[in-house]
Amino acid sequence: MGRKRNGEKRFTFSVFLKGIVHIAAGITCLMIAFILGYILIMGIPNLKPDLFAWEYNTDNVSLTPALINTVIMTVVSLAIAIPIGIFSAIFLVEYAKRGNRFVKVIRVTTETLAGIPSIVYGLFGMLFFVTAMGWRLSILAGAFTLAIMVLPIIMRTTEEALLAVPDSFREGSFGLGAGKLRTVFIVILPSAVPGILSGIVLAMGRIVGETAALIYTAGTVANIPGSDGLFSSGRTLAVHLYVLIGEGLYTKQAYATAVVLIVIVIGMNALSGVIARRCQWKTS
Amino acid sequence: MENIIEIKNADLHYNDFKALKNINMNIPKHEITALIGPSGCGKSTLLKSINRMNDLVEGCKIEGEFLLEGKNIYQDYDVNILRKEVGMVFQKPNPFPMSVYDNVAYGPRTHGIRKKKDLDDIVEDALNKAAIWEELKDRLKKSALGLSGGQQQRLCIARALAVKPKVLLMDEPTSALDPISTLKIEELAEELKKEYTIANVTHNMKQAARISDTTAFFLLGEMIECNQTTEIFSHPRNNKTEEYITGRFG
Amino acid sequence: MRELFIKQLEELNKSLHQMGILIQDAIHNAIEALKTMDKEKAKEIIDADSIIDHKEKEIESACLHLLLQQTPVAGDLRRVSSALKMVTDMERIGDHAADISEIVLILNKIEYQDILDCLMKMAETTTKMLDKCMNAYLSEDLKLADQVADMDDIVDNLFVEVKHAIANAVVMDKENGEQVLDLLMIAKYFERIGDHAENISEWVVFSITGVHKDERVI
Repeated sequence: MGRKRNGEKRFTFSVFLKGIVHIAAGITCLMIAFILGYILIMGIPNLKPDLFAWEYNTDNVSLTPALINTVIMTVVSLAIAIPIGIFSAIFLVEYAKRGNRFVKVIRVTTETLAGIPSIVYGLFGMLFFVTAMGWRLSILAGAFTLAIMVLPIIMRTTEEALLAVPDSFREGSFGLGAGKLRTVFIVILPSAVPGILSGIVLAMGRIVGETAALIYTAGTVANIPGSDGLFSSGRTLAVHLYVLIGEGLYTKQAYATAVVLIVIVIGMNALSGVIARRCQWKTS
Repeated sequence: MENIIEIKNADLHYNDFKALKNINMNIPKHEITALIGPSGCGKSTLLKSINRMNDLVEGCKIEGEFLLEGKNIYQDYDVNILRKEVGMVFQKPNPFPMSVYDNVAYGPRTHGIRKKKDLDDIVEDALNKAAIWEELKDRLKKSALGLSGGQQQRLCIARALAVKPKVLLMDEPTSALDPISTLKIEELAEELKKEYTIANVTHNMKQAARISDTTAFFLLGEMIECNQTTEIFSHPRNNKTEEYITGRFG
Repeated sequence: MRELFIKQLEELNKSLHQMGILIQDAIHNAIEALKTMDKEKAKEIIDADSIIDHKEKEIESACLHLLLQQTPVAGDLRRVSSALKMVTDMERIGDHAADISEIVLILNKIEYQDILDCLMKMAETTTKMLDKCMNAYLSEDLKLADQVADMDDIVDNLFVEVKHAIANAVVMDKENGEQVLDLLMIAKYFERIGDHAENISEWVVFSITGVHKDERVI
């Protein structure tokens, strides 16, 4: 009898838990649907051709320059962060002795870096790149700042991806008389590509969505880089959005811009999924 | 009978743990030598010492002499050259995530062979020796990870053979395979010993009895007995050996 | 695995032991039947031979199952394979006991006490040999097994002795010549039983040492 009641109790408890789990999942989905829906509904009707004009002026508040700046910013930041991130991860996983104290210090440092608010990066970028290096408010200063910001992400994910590569591959390669360099670059790295890619996409997301670290480093000039090239100031899409909202005059256009930003982010995620699947398919 | 590998007074420590205690053993040329014993007896450790895979292990200290054709493995050989001479096949098939062809060509490429024609010949030859050419000749460009476990293991053997080793170390090569694949690997080993010398760590005593010429029994880091396989399995000299092979412990 | 194996080996030992007792009984009963001219008893022995044959099949099957399921090695392999060989000789001994009984059926009366004594001694010795074989096998006692070969010499000597006695009897008692010659057959059967017992002891030695007739088999 007591046993049966116990069983009943357990049964009700499991139903209860199941309910909570479902509700939590439901809330999350609803929230995403709500935000997306709200922005799309508010934004899509405002997507006017004006908004995509080549030149920005206060009438059309075109987002095209910002879009182009975003692409440039992403490419430059990643060009800096990816090699450094991947190589340091390779060092940590493949070269440094496992359990080395130095490695632990680096790991703690990267984790700390990942937790710092982006405005602090902005402050650092302003003091160091903008002022001390004399690059003024420029895309380059912004890109370096962002590179430092996303470095921990790329490093951590690459590290995880490398650690996930089975040791049997390393043994197999060493067993054939291959050195470390060859093993890492021919066998290990290709296997880790999907993981590394996902890290890069995460980093891209951070870059595209960043504002605080850019306002004081890349400035808010709403134009495509001019003759100064990377040394000219420029605003990315997110900064553009921030400024539009801040001015309070272009709320409708801000929603439309947000739609474009969201589409870009979703597109990027989809792309990374495709690439990762391609790689996986190739390797298995 | 010529011994291709001689091990003299070998001790091996993992930090404070003594994994091998004063091992004296010879591996005769063109024979299959089986290393048997319960888990943790040091047989795999000894095998890995022969091509210096233990170099990768933190805190591993090796004393005594390991000789390959009379030359000291730890002093007279560059480690990468040594591993070319002494190939290894692992417990779990571990083909690299690349095509069948690239897997087999990986070793030769590592050792500087670049010409397409040469590589083609080596790949075909190695796959032939591993008795898997017929099965794979039409899918050389396909990923090696799509093969069955038994095919993968034979591919790994082909990959090891492609660098033309003198000795092939096998660390429980069939423990992850089904009986048919196991049989194929065993037949392959029988065939390969004509050209190579094979040292085979196995938990499968029937396998040791079936294919090996010499069997060495290890227990708690010591080599208890090493003799011709028929002797070990019919007249073990040591009680511990008899208890192990008849299944009284282990 | 090993526990089941040990159980199977114990079963095999038990069966062998039982068969050993069966054939010893058969010899004992055969000589009793001869002594008392008990034809009923002789018939019983002949019937009982099928039990011994059955036991042989049972042990053979047990051995083959053991080989199949356990693929024994070293000492285990020798024990099982020697059992497989031993039962053949044991079965033959059973046959000879039946053969003797069949002669008893056609005999009338034995008037020669010296021949009978000899035959009784032969029966006693061969029974002892078999007993020693069984004990040697079960306790893996090499010395005991070695004694059996010496005892076969005794049986052989007894056979020579009985042969002389029978030869004399044939000359002396021409009327019962055929009957006396039947006794020679019986003596010959006992002598054969001794040889089989020696064979068994050799397989016992093999099961302990792996050496059969001074030659390494495995």
